[in-house]
Amino acid sequence: MSELAVPVNGIGPGLVKVGETHPEMVFVIADNAKAIGGGPFAEKFPERVFDVGIAEQNMVMTSAGFALAGKLPFCNAFGNFLALRAIEQIRTFVAHTKLNVKFIGGLAGVSGGKEGPTHEAQEDIAHLRAVPDLVVLAPTDVVSTEKAVIAAAEWVGPVFIRIGRMAAPVFYGADYTFRIGKAEQHRQGKDATIISTGVMLGPALEAATELAKAGVEARVLDMQTVKPLDEEAVLAAAVETGAIVTAEEHTIIGGLGGAVAEFVCENRPVPVLRVGIRDVYAETGKPEELMVHYGMTTDNIVRSVKRALELKR
Amino acid sequence: MQQSRAELVASLEQLAKDIRLDVVKALYQTGGYHLGPSFSIVETLLALYYYKMRVDPQNPKWADRDVLILSKGHGSAGLYSVLARKGYFPREELWTMKTFGSRLQGHPDMLRTPGVELTTGSLGNGLSAGQGYALAARMDDRPTRVYVIIGDGEADEGLIWEASMSIPKFKLDNLCCILDYNKFQSSGASTGCIMPTLSPIADKWRAFGWNVLEARGHDIGCLMDALDEAEKYEGKPTFIIADTVKGKGLSFTEGDNRWHIGTLTEAEYHQALRELGAEAAQ
Repeated sequence: MSELAVPVNGIGPGLVKVGETHPEMVFVIADNAKAIGGGPFAEKFPERVFDVGIAEQNMVMTSAGFALAGKLPFCNAFGNFLALRAIEQIRTFVAHTKLNVKFIGGLAGVSGGKEGPTHEAQEDIAHLRAVPDLVVLAPTDVVSTEKAVIAAAEWVGPVFIRIGRMAAPVFYGADYTFRIGKAEQHRQGKDATIISTGVMLGPALEAATELAKAGVEARVLDMQTVKPLDEEAVLAAAVETGAIVTAEEHTIIGGLGGAVAEFVCENRPVPVLRVGIRDVYAETGKPEELMVHYGMTTDNIVRSVKRALELKR
Repeated sequence: MQQSRAELVASLEQLAKDIRLDVVKALYQTGGYHLGPSFSIVETLLALYYYKMRVDPQNPKWADRDVLILSKGHGSAGLYSVLARKGYFPREELWTMKTFGSRLQGHPDMLRTPGVELTTGSLGNGLSAGQGYALAARMDDRPTRVYVIIGDGEADEGLIWEASMSIPKFKLDNLCCILDYNKFQSSGASTGCIMPTLSPIADKWRAFGWNVLEARGHDIGCLMDALDEAEKYEGKPTFIIADTVKGKGLSFTEGDNRWHIGTLTEAEYHQALRELGAEAAQ
């Protein structure tokens, strides 16, 4: 772990690299692309940028048309305007048709806290995880975000990348290769497993350090692919550690916690506790204060692990 | 010997009866519906597939082909019948349409049915997809022309108007949108009681930057002329208002919105066969 950086800033370099290696790549946007990392690509490849105006459904369908014609379209918008407003276009016309369209949804979680609940994407994973054939990624830091964009381009089929703009520690090095569908283990442990996604890796590792002081060895997995879930890693966590806590900057309903709980219940029932936004709307505020207010801190994870250990007995 | 235009029109007029007959037989056998919205587009489909569009049913994914997106996907029975006659799949499959296990789904499915370019059925979506396809064709300097058929009821959808603004922005003169103006939608008269403010249609689309043409939608020669004119027009996409009759082709279905979802009784089925020349009058 080193300096802090804003994860969404990894989108731009990722898109430029894909643009350089894939002449068939196009970037379909709905006015606001620069706010979700679209600036560098637009500057370098203006002839491959198509702005349909503030019209996210039009953007997704136009991308579908590009993919039909053999292009590699990326599009972006704030997460709610993709995962909520355009979900039918994503589901019926891109995922159901298995078209090769890549989506980037910004303002993940409470990172858009200054905008308020209209803009804070707190259920995007839940909605999109229910869509068959759609890959859902939540990269952790600025480096893995860039790598996720590249991995998405190489993946044949629709991919959604959710990304925020709250500064987060950088864990991954320049040589990191993003592996879709694979968890990254950041800490060994035998007593419990903390599975995080997105920017929750920082608090998860801090929680593991705290727990170690009390003699609890917690494994930490970074689950940057929420779908398809790395079932092998989750099963191993259940079998080998017997207690799981999930941590996500998202509602606890239907997101990473939901995915892990569904799998664990059916395959190796052990306690699964979920850290994330409870069943409420995140309000306006600074992201950092919202993380505390809605219970997405190191301390929340520590307490959840302790509770999971009690349930395990 | 080269077929004259008049001969082509005459043969397509006969084919239109055969297509309607296939629709009737298929829907009667399978209990399917959407006869009305399939009948209103028959001549449009024939003018496209048998006159204007460059397609190769033996090589459906030929890169330089022209593309039709049936955005009003509930006209699927008409589309399937034309695709079968063109040779995209055996005509026998028509008698399975809209049933479990069939390649011919309730609404068009691009992954299952050869010749179907885009999955449609949820209204309002096809025009924007046509925009993406047309942009891609232009980028690659391909001769592809993109045709999108929308319904008048479908034009209630907001996404149609997003596309109506953005397509002229991109000056996509390789795209032609055809409005099946059959005056009805699911629950009633489209420009009558449900959305009278859809009118004036031509003025709206012209104001949005389209080359607007009007054609008699069951007059194949007239549709052919309009499609020719659209292809020649440079700098703007073309919007053809095809003035049609919902349920066109049978005395008891024309202009009767019951046939949006109505199914044929045995007596109606035999009457349809008689009117379409497939069964002798009693």
